[in-house]
Amino acid sequence: MKKFAVILGLMIWGGLLIYIADDFPGWGDPQAPASVNLSPYYIEQSIPDTDVPNVVTSILADYRGFDTMFETAVIFTAGLACLFLLRSYSTKEPDVYLYRHTATGVILRIEKGGTIPVGSADFERIDATWVPHDLIIKTTCRLILPFVFIFALYVIAHGHHSPGGGFQGGVILGAATIIFAISYNLRTATRNITERFAAFFSAAGVLLYASTGVLCMFFGGNFLDYGALAPLFGTTIAGARSLGILIVEIGVGMSVMAVMSSIYYNISSNGRLNEGL
Amino acid sequence: MIWPIDIIIISFVVICGIAAISVKDLLSSAILFGAYSFMMCLLWAVMGAVDVAFTEATVGAGVSTVFFVAAIFRTSRRTRD
Repeated sequence: MKKFAVILGLMIWGGLLIYIADDFPGWGDPQAPASVNLSPYYIEQSIPDTDVPNVVTSILADYRGFDTMFETAVIFTAGLACLFLLRSYSTKEPDVYLYRHTATGVILRIEKGGTIPVGSADFERIDATWVPHDLIIKTTCRLILPFVFIFALYVIAHGHHSPGGGFQGGVILGAATIIFAISYNLRTATRNITERFAAFFSAAGVLLYASTGVLCMFFGGNFLDYGALAPLFGTTIAGARSLGILIVEIGVGMSVMAVMSSIYYNISSNGRLNEGL
Repeated sequence: MIWPIDIIIISFVVICGIAAISVKDLLSSAILFGAYSFMMCLLWAVMGAVDVAFTEATVGAGVSTVFFVAAIFRTSRRTRD
């Protein structure tokens, strides 16, 4: 009975939504209320104002710079929340370490007090989540990773002219870190992109964004008014706004990349960062 | 917007959404949710919102699926309800 009432309520609600949708303006209608007031200004003035052909980027990072700054702060806060909820610093050392010699497959059993071949390339540690060495996955990931990194940097830097920007590029950079962690193991990934590095960069990205805004205030403009930086860059006001957008996009990219790696490290290892996917 | 492509994509979105909440296996649910995100990405690309489609493809279909899989790996794969 209760289930029936829920389904009936949902159907009435969904029917109302579909009924309302009929009153919406048509797709791409130039006379729609949303596209007659502010949109023509952005479309006409984006290139004279900011020198950025991609209107989405100029709105996101310049006209609505505040919004994007606090979005970055939200991402940073999500990373912090994940860190505080999951990270555990209990250093319970196991009694027995198992190390596998990669060339021969011989497994060494090292009890407490024995010498551990830490950092040696010939040995790999075996733990509860250890999976056998997979040549195809490792080689493929090693081959594609440099291209993924280059593409991510391109997406960040080319956001002025094509779809992309700090968020997307940062997520691609973070995904490359995750691919590395999955194809090798979490310990190798945390040795290369350490937790300290991720924490530092996630804060530094937000700081770079906010300090760009404060720098504009020092040059006599409003907060995040990049046009005030024109004497610093030695360009026109539009050029300075374009460069300011690039700087804040780099900040967003740094923050997002570090937060994605940090969240993955914490989720996949239960916050211990010693063993994981 | 080409309506046959639109109809196909929207029906895939609905199918993926219903399947993702009705399967018992949480890993399948995560993968179906990734497929749902990818279909939404296609829908936005068809509508011309390429920036949104790009974000959906990287965040929705890429990284959040990985986070779901990692969380399932650390908890349980079967749902209780």
